[in-house]
Amino acid sequence: MDIAELQAYGYFALTGFMVLVLYGYIYHLYSKKKDADGHDYEDYSNMALNDDIDDAPVTSMSDDKEKK
Amino acid sequence: MENRPLEYDYTVAKMFMLTTIILGIVGMLIGVILAFQLAFPEVNLILGEGLAEYTNFSRLRPLHTDAVIFGFTFSGIFSTWYYVGQRVLKVSMAESGFLMFIGKLHFWLYLVGVAAVVVSLFMGITTSKEYAEFEWPIDIAIVVVWVLFGLSIFGLIGIRREKSLYISIWYYIATFLGIAMLYLFNNMEIPTMLAQSAAGESGIGAWYHSVSMYAGTNDALVQWWYGHNAVAFGFTVPIVAMIYYFLPKESGQAIYSYKLSLLSFWGLMFVYLWAGGHHLLYSTVPDWMQTMGSIFSVILILPSWGSAINMLLTMKGEWQQVAASPLIKFMVLGSTFYMFSTLEGPIQAIKSVNAIAHFTDWIVGHVHDGVLGWVGFMIMAALFHMAPRVFKREIYSKSLMATQFWIQTLGVVLYFTSMWIAGITQGMMWRAHDEFGNLAYSFIDTVTVLHPYYTIRGVGGLLYLVGFLMFAYNIYKTMSARPVEESELQNASPMGA
Repeated sequence: MDIAELQAYGYFALTGFMVLVLYGYIYHLYSKKKDADGHDYEDYSNMALNDDIDDAPVTSMSDDKEKK
Repeated sequence: MENRPLEYDYTVAKMFMLTTIILGIVGMLIGVILAFQLAFPEVNLILGEGLAEYTNFSRLRPLHTDAVIFGFTFSGIFSTWYYVGQRVLKVSMAESGFLMFIGKLHFWLYLVGVAAVVVSLFMGITTSKEYAEFEWPIDIAIVVVWVLFGLSIFGLIGIRREKSLYISIWYYIATFLGIAMLYLFNNMEIPTMLAQSAAGESGIGAWYHSVSMYAGTNDALVQWWYGHNAVAFGFTVPIVAMIYYFLPKESGQAIYSYKLSLLSFWGLMFVYLWAGGHHLLYSTVPDWMQTMGSIFSVILILPSWGSAINMLLTMKGEWQQVAASPLIKFMVLGSTFYMFSTLEGPIQAIKSVNAIAHFTDWIVGHVHDGVLGWVGFMIMAALFHMAPRVFKREIYSKSLMATQFWIQTLGVVLYFTSMWIAGITQGMMWRAHDEFGNLAYSFIDTVTVLHPYYTIRGVGGLLYLVGFLMFAYNIYKTMSARPVEESELQNASPMGA
């Protein structure tokens, strides 16, 4: 097997792997619906809708500090 | 000192709004002149024989592309970043003297860079690499400007109150990283004064000249990896960042599917970087690389349409807003043009189609339905949305905005339809031959046939420029329009008659 053939197999394997990662990510998003912090992904749209400086953040940095 | 409530500080956003508008006018005006030069060659001598050096097509062409890409579009990106960044991170630039300094320095150095580019291109000093014409001293200045932009992005993220990063921020970060990587690698060049010729001469050429570090086919590959991804990270990624913020905000509707926005983001990031090879179909680059360029271009439809459909569905149940608000019209037609050009591009990247389309005006048409219909519309919509909020005044005239919308839409349609016909006619004529394989037409035959379409294209471009001047006037008048209360600025932008 020469280098070009190796590259071709490597390329094919990488593409297959990336497809798996992509579909895994889709499955993860739509089955879990929530991220590691327990927020529904769709809540994050509110970051744009409620973006006045005194609006409550979706996930506040200061909440994070209080937990610690 | 008076104790005032904390507010977002739009100083830098306003500065970049100004350059967006001025450089937009410059870039589009030069574009219209070029279009008429192609239709009527005597326009090359518009200022007389003596100044022909400065007014001919080849001298002005890089000024058009660079003014529109690095002037209009990048000013728009910076301006919206300094607006959107603060708002979705819920932190004001007024809270950090350092970030305010960086922001202003970013603007002023950018302006110095623009001046250097304009002067050097008018003088005909160029590396001759498309969209990377700047010589090494300017390249270094641009890198500094870009690092300042990065400092501003990550600095603002560093002091944020909102822990999660809104999808637009992801896209702005991707813009920063993508352009940084592309620009550095494509502009690897050696100043000629450092080189030594085979005959042993040194200090060759002017001090500012340089040669690319890559040669021949490699140079072409790196160039089009850069060139196509400049479209990706200059004309797509940051514009998607804008629409993900401005459309939901202006319409008051949550993004149709935030999950789809995440998915499309990663899809776009992974696929786009491999598509540049389609610029080199039927050239000397390896065949497998050309095929890869074609395949990845076709796959690119998925993440592009993922974002565009997500935007259109955000308006679900609220389509009356499209009819009622010219501002929403700009964004909805913008995402429609995005869908359209991201379908057209992959079609052109298919090898058999490319055999006809390559080097023809169809490519020029494709670029312009993307840039006029998607990039231009979205940046103008963003500035229309920002204007009442940064000036605390209503938009001067809704009817002027609506008229502008229709004039420019007509302009874009005339532009791309004439270029479709011109391009396909050109491609077919170049290939036509008799039964002995002799070419049926000479080059001048195609030029004669294309003349009416070139004229229509010029008219289309002129209509778009007229609309852009209306936009500039509307924003200018907004600065002295009726003042508005904070409560009027929640969603739909306040507009005067």
